[in-house]
Amino acid sequence: MGLQALFFYLFSFVAVASAFMVISARNPVYSVLFLILTFFNSAGLFLLTGAEFLAMILLVVYIGAVAVLFLFVVMMLDIDFTELRSGVLEYAPVGALIGLVLAAELIIVVGGSSFSPEIAKTISMPIPAIADRTNTAALGDVLYTHYVYFFQIAGLVLLVAMIGAIVLTLRHRDNIKRQDIPTQVARTPKTAVEVVKVKSGQGL
Amino acid sequence: MDAFISTYVWPTAIMIGQSLLLLVALLIFIAYILLADRKIWAAVQMRRGPNVVGPWGLFQSFADLLKFVFKEPVIPAGSNKILFLLAPLVSVTLALAAWAVIPLNANWVMANINVGILYVFAISSLEVYGVIIGGWASNSKYPFLSALRSAAQMVSYEVSIGFVIVTVLLCAGSLNLTDIVDSQRDGLGTMMGLPGSFLDWYWLPLFPMFIIFFISALAETNRPPFDLVEAESELVAGFMVEYGSTPYMMFMLGEYAAICLMCALTTILFLGGWLPPVDVWFLNWVPGIIWFILKASMVFFMFAMVKAFVPRYRYDQLMRLGWKVFLPLSLAMVFIVAVTLKLVVWA
Repeated sequence: MGLQALFFYLFSFVAVASAFMVISARNPVYSVLFLILTFFNSAGLFLLTGAEFLAMILLVVYIGAVAVLFLFVVMMLDIDFTELRSGVLEYAPVGALIGLVLAAELIIVVGGSSFSPEIAKTISMPIPAIADRTNTAALGDVLYTHYVYFFQIAGLVLLVAMIGAIVLTLRHRDNIKRQDIPTQVARTPKTAVEVVKVKSGQGL
Repeated sequence: MDAFISTYVWPTAIMIGQSLLLLVALLIFIAYILLADRKIWAAVQMRRGPNVVGPWGLFQSFADLLKFVFKEPVIPAGSNKILFLLAPLVSVTLALAAWAVIPLNANWVMANINVGILYVFAISSLEVYGVIIGGWASNSKYPFLSALRSAAQMVSYEVSIGFVIVTVLLCAGSLNLTDIVDSQRDGLGTMMGLPGSFLDWYWLPLFPMFIIFFISALAETNRPPFDLVEAESELVAGFMVEYGSTPYMMFMLGEYAAICLMCALTTILFLGGWLPPVDVWFLNWVPGIIWFILKASMVFFMFAMVKAFVPRYRYDQLMRLGWKVFLPLSLAMVFIVAVTLKLVVWA
């Protein structure tokens, strides 16, 4: 137990400290790198609670894909840092308010079971013991049976968002030459080569 | 105090010992993989390859190591020093960290975790950071262009690698790498009434996925013909232009460790890991690690041959292959495999 507590404090301290650095770092590239560190430590916290599947998905999706795109964009931007920082004090109260609301919601959700022990039973599915069902299988059990419509709807929403992004950014320009691989592959000597007998001194 | 030593100190010491053993074995293996790469490349081009240091040039990689270590590391004045030095460390640490879950033989694995394949997938998707950070921190044009190319390339091919892994998982029914190998003991071959053999492994029923995985692994590790990240005719040496001496060597080490990892992963997912090719007593008597190394080396031989005789892709062709060919194909295969399993096996 002692070792687990040690790792818990290590992960949570680094996570909170790097989350603070995300908003206070001067260089946006550093901010994204600290964000990655925060994700990493959150994955460590998930591992400590036994949610190994969530930890790995956090690594794959958030660090392996989302943060790469963040980094991609931030590196290419030419940002004036002083201008970016000028409004910090104006926006601070709004930010603090949002943070307070989120904290309150989290306390209600997490603390709900300690206010009344029955709540956990009514709002959640029965959870199998870790010993007889692995994490991944337990998630699949509820996700593809009880919550299958929500799962499908979530997928649909993402698909629509993806199509929207493509429609907004796709520009089809006609005046450029494109490679058409099927026609290239379909070429044969018959269609591509013309054999002409040229008479000497006359040309074509 | 005794309890403390027996619960914490001993297991930690054993774990560190095992890790060091694995690391040393892996590094020596990588040294010879590097030599083999150069020798095979040379043989295809009818050259001799490195043959001066030691008998048949066997110590060439160690001579290279000493040369890199004793050179002066040059850090460009305009670079971001911390990130510049962090990038090669990130790339080599991640490439080696993934080996913690690779089972080399039955029960020969450092950490036999439930989500082993996801761990490997996660770590290999993080490897792009070494390249991006290195390219950006160099504060120079070619490395930066190369970092952008690399980010797009690796993210694209991860998608199809993910789907290939999903099809294997559907067949194996587990995310644990040891279970995936064990599930290849019986398969298509035993269904036809043959004794356990190489026909049971997943390369046969999932043959299209085997090919897609192999090609995506080439792209994921920036091997030719997909080495646009370091295409010397366009970007000199890509993200490594500003690097020299030990940091450069660490990038190379990370790259080859990632290549070995992909070879090991191909072996585990499609070629039956440590299982012998035919289930007879004298082949079973050979230790599983030998089969594992033989199979992984065979996959690497294919990597080296591809490097030797396939010309480099153009960048738009690379993107087309990833998104328009492999992604729909692997997505369709996930669907086909799932339906087949549902109708044939579980019905």
